[in-house]
Amino acid sequence: MSEPLLQTTNLQSGYGAVKVLWGVDMDVRTGETVVLLGPNGAGKTTLLRALMGLLPARGGQIRFAGTDITKLSPRARVRMGLSYMSELGIFPDLTVSENLDLGALFVDRATAKRRQQELYALFPILTERRNQAAGGLSGGQRKMLGIAKALAAEPRLLVMDEPSAGLSPLMVNTVITSLSKCREGGLSLLIAEQNVKFLELGDRVFTMEGGRIAFGGTPAEIQADDGLRRAYFGLGV
Amino acid sequence: MTEPLLRATGVIKRFGGFQALSGIDIDVSAGEIVGLIGPNGSGKTTLINVISGLLAEDAGEISVDGQRLSGMPAHRRASRGINRTFQVPKPFASLTVRQNLEVAVHGAGPGPDLDELLDRLELAPVTARLAGELTSVQQKLLDLARALATGPRVLLVDELACGLNPTELERIAATLRGLAESGMGLVVVEHLMPFIDRITHRVVVMNAGRVIFGGSLREAVRHPEVVEVFLGAPEHVL
Repeated sequence: MSEPLLQTTNLQSGYGAVKVLWGVDMDVRTGETVVLLGPNGAGKTTLLRALMGLLPARGGQIRFAGTDITKLSPRARVRMGLSYMSELGIFPDLTVSENLDLGALFVDRATAKRRQQELYALFPILTERRNQAAGGLSGGQRKMLGIAKALAAEPRLLVMDEPSAGLSPLMVNTVITSLSKCREGGLSLLIAEQNVKFLELGDRVFTMEGGRIAFGGTPAEIQADDGLRRAYFGLGV
Repeated sequence: MTEPLLRATGVIKRFGGFQALSGIDIDVSAGEIVGLIGPNGSGKTTLINVISGLLAEDAGEISVDGQRLSGMPAHRRASRGINRTFQVPKPFASLTVRQNLEVAVHGAGPGPDLDELLDRLELAPVTARLAGELTSVQQKLLDLARALATGPRVLLVDELACGLNPTELERIAATLRGLAESGMGLVVVEHLMPFIDRITHRVVVMNAGRVIFGGSLREAVRHPEVVEVFLGAPEHVL
């Protein structure tokens, strides 16, 4: 069997004196959508930041597309096809269109232009606001811009931190629909989420607890397990 | 019928040429939780900002318990019994949790016991920690504690549940219900419909700066305009 697109082995990381990741083993295969669940404080965001190189690994290894990227800069990782949508990752003082330009910094101009048209079609509200400062957008609109900006990089693997947070039910559906379209186009996705609707998209799920992977399997396996179902499907269904 | 605790009528707010609120009427009675829902950008947070006095209204009347608040700055409104939480909490990062609450009650009248409040919101174990070191959930709870520290009778809650997992949601739901049972009136802005269903008595739906529906959530999910602009599909939201 071929090597996964992304693989971490015993990955450790943290902030200052605080160790958050205590040896994470997980992987994302090419074309696959993986959903990362877990309570707040379990280390989901820390894992995503370590994958992107925004936090240094203190041990273990990260491999992407057949290369050891553990010590590469975030910039080098983005050039290789990793893209990150953080919870609040936009530039409020720049316009919507400038934010999308920055997302496509490492993409050739023709591709970037074509991509922008596709993204405006996917998120029509951004077309209306293209020349306005991103800081003037509502919370949900900012989120859409964050997703569009991450997609503008034409990534192979899109890493997303809670894309649904703060979005209306209609927008959550829009985001899920647009991500499934990207997925049909061959995009691999790693999504940290609390909203279990995203499990519709997931081929596999990892749950995190205390800085480690607690469970890895299919969405159906989670639903079949009483304890996991209660922990992750409670009120949020 | 008793007079509502919070009453806002004809509230208008403009930003330059853009009218964000086009004559909003909303009221909340003591012991009631009203869900304020609507698409992103419909004006929910702007309405909270105007009612709490963070932004000045351009027109309209806002009163709490019959006392007119229109034209008053936020701190005066807080002392008249209204407070709110923020979508993105911004505590004083270099102060401790307890110091953040002490700043909040500075100059305010008698409010709840701070230790009891910290205990109730499960912040007692981190009371001496710097607010900047808290997790995002703890920062949200601290923001709620800050709002409650002034002893409000009306609490405006802006997306407190966003980003919480089901276990954390259950706890927040119980906390908010407890506040209503103690006689507080709450307006809760939230996108998670099961959460809204669980805690609210009725909902007000906004779109493009107007109220398009007021009534039960069960009715709202069958209202054509609410479905079109906010829910997408009616069948799966509850």
